[in-house]
Amino acid sequence: MGEILVVVEHRQEEVRDITFEMLFKAGELCKEFSHTLTAVVLGGKEEQFIDEVAKRSDNVIYYEDDRLKNFSADLYKEVLNGLIEKTRPFITLIGHSSWGMELAPSLSIKTGYPLATDCVDILIEDGHPKVIRQIYSGKVFSKMSFKESDGYLITVRPGSFQPPEAIDERNGGVIKKDLPGDLPEMRKEFIEFIDSGAGDVDITQADLLVSVGRGIGEAENVEDMKELAERMGGVLACSRPVVDKNWLPKYYQVGTSGKSVKPKVYLAFGISGAFQHLAGITGAGTVIAINKDKKAPIFRVADYGVVDDLFKVADALKEQLKEG
Amino acid sequence: MDIIVCVKRVPMTQEVDLEIDDSGKDIKKDALAYVVNDWDNYAIEESVLLKEKLDGTVTVITVGDEDDEDVLRRALAMGADKAIRIEPGELELDGFLISNILAQVIKGLEYDLVLTGVQADDDNFGMVGIMLAERLGLAHSAVVTGFEAEGSEATINVELEGGLDEVSKIKLPALLSIQTGINEPRYVSIMGIRKAGKKELNVVKVEDIGLSDEELVRQTIIEEYFLPPETEGAEMIEGDPSNIAEAILRILKEKGVSV
Repeated sequence: MGEILVVVEHRQEEVRDITFEMLFKAGELCKEFSHTLTAVVLGGKEEQFIDEVAKRSDNVIYYEDDRLKNFSADLYKEVLNGLIEKTRPFITLIGHSSWGMELAPSLSIKTGYPLATDCVDILIEDGHPKVIRQIYSGKVFSKMSFKESDGYLITVRPGSFQPPEAIDERNGGVIKKDLPGDLPEMRKEFIEFIDSGAGDVDITQADLLVSVGRGIGEAENVEDMKELAERMGGVLACSRPVVDKNWLPKYYQVGTSGKSVKPKVYLAFGISGAFQHLAGITGAGTVIAINKDKKAPIFRVADYGVVDDLFKVADALKEQLKEG
Repeated sequence: MDIIVCVKRVPMTQEVDLEIDDSGKDIKKDALAYVVNDWDNYAIEESVLLKEKLDGTVTVITVGDEDDEDVLRRALAMGADKAIRIEPGELELDGFLISNILAQVIKGLEYDLVLTGVQADDDNFGMVGIMLAERLGLAHSAVVTGFEAEGSEATINVELEGGLDEVSKIKLPALLSIQTGINEPRYVSIMGIRKAGKKELNVVKVEDIGLSDEELVRQTIIEEYFLPPETEGAEMIEGDPSNIAEAILRILKEKGVSV
């Protein structure tokens, strides 16, 4: 039977959630189709998280070298290409993260294995992998297959699979390996991590977030919405386009590249609901979305929805609060 | 610094009801308006900013039909010097094939830097840039939010998940996929686009770039497109704005938020 290889993503001595999500999905596929689940770790000396990975895998291949403490696309590509050439895994899973996006397409060209990126589900039909993807900002789904190959690469969208608390224990053995000796010159050198999210507002502690998106139209409207947030006793937050346009600093941003929030109520004004944004509000108690587009993806996850002009609703809220 | 920017024209799908076409493998596009892919717009702006600072040239490239020249002209109006459109004819494209076509054309050009957007707003594969880098043998990075050149290398910022940036040094020539928010793309007027009409725009046919038929094959196959499965979704609040406001305040109270 074949092998499913999961490339472990870790950062600052911790395994990223996407790794556990991939291990869970790979485990399900291995159970159904009698494949073997191998996790590959490229890490520094004595990484403490190896046990966590081994528990969920049949085998762990651990390239142990301090040059692998931080992610390096050049090194990962060389090492994984060597491993894949030798073991020819049927499916290789990589996270669709910033690092995965830097690694997977180059590894695909190098190995010759076809690649599907940003997949939200993986199926095996008649021995062939097929993937489900979301396109057009989640308004359409696509099912895709590959040109025939002996192996396939798939990158997985974070948050697509929810591992249960009680995991299937596979308790795989750990095989340690050294880096190959004949490495090419590295063209990129890690310097440091910097926190881009620090600021004088903490959106992660608020009970009520009044969050604004592209729909607010222009910078001048931010002040009005901030006033509404304050009058409601809440805190202002926003989605990515508002930060991209420099209408608000990054520390207001909710989503995968911003903050994950957990207010009692999340009031979303003019936010369409890109998956990166939705991933940041899974901890919210109640989501109320106000948007002109009745097909906006946010309505699929919101508890309450309003299809209307957000400014009319905002003005009416201000009016009611004045009366009250 | 000579810079190549790869761009794509995409349909605008916000506030639009999308429908699947008869083939079941595409959406109905007749009534849609098209724009430059948002990520690519930031990549174009970044290249023009670099040119203004360091001199050199900016060349924009797209693989697409005549209508796609709109985004090239827009880029020329933003400050790019010349444009190339590669006409794919009837080829069925995917990221793998597009990267092959681009690599074949770009390898004959002079450059210090190649920029793409992180992904396209339509099919969001996010693979063309980095595949292209590997084919051209370039150092590469994805999701770049900062770039500062220093001689034969550059310091770059990459946006990671969870509000963290990774700072690294990268050797040039390199390929970077540019994230939105890295700059503020300039406004383009109709007059500006008209003026840029004088700039060089070359059209190359895909059959003339020296790839064999076997090399012009895609690696992924669309089986079907479908609309998202119905979910229970949100409970809709109807009525005039004051009814809606009342309902929202009632919900806040129920959920223990004091207003």
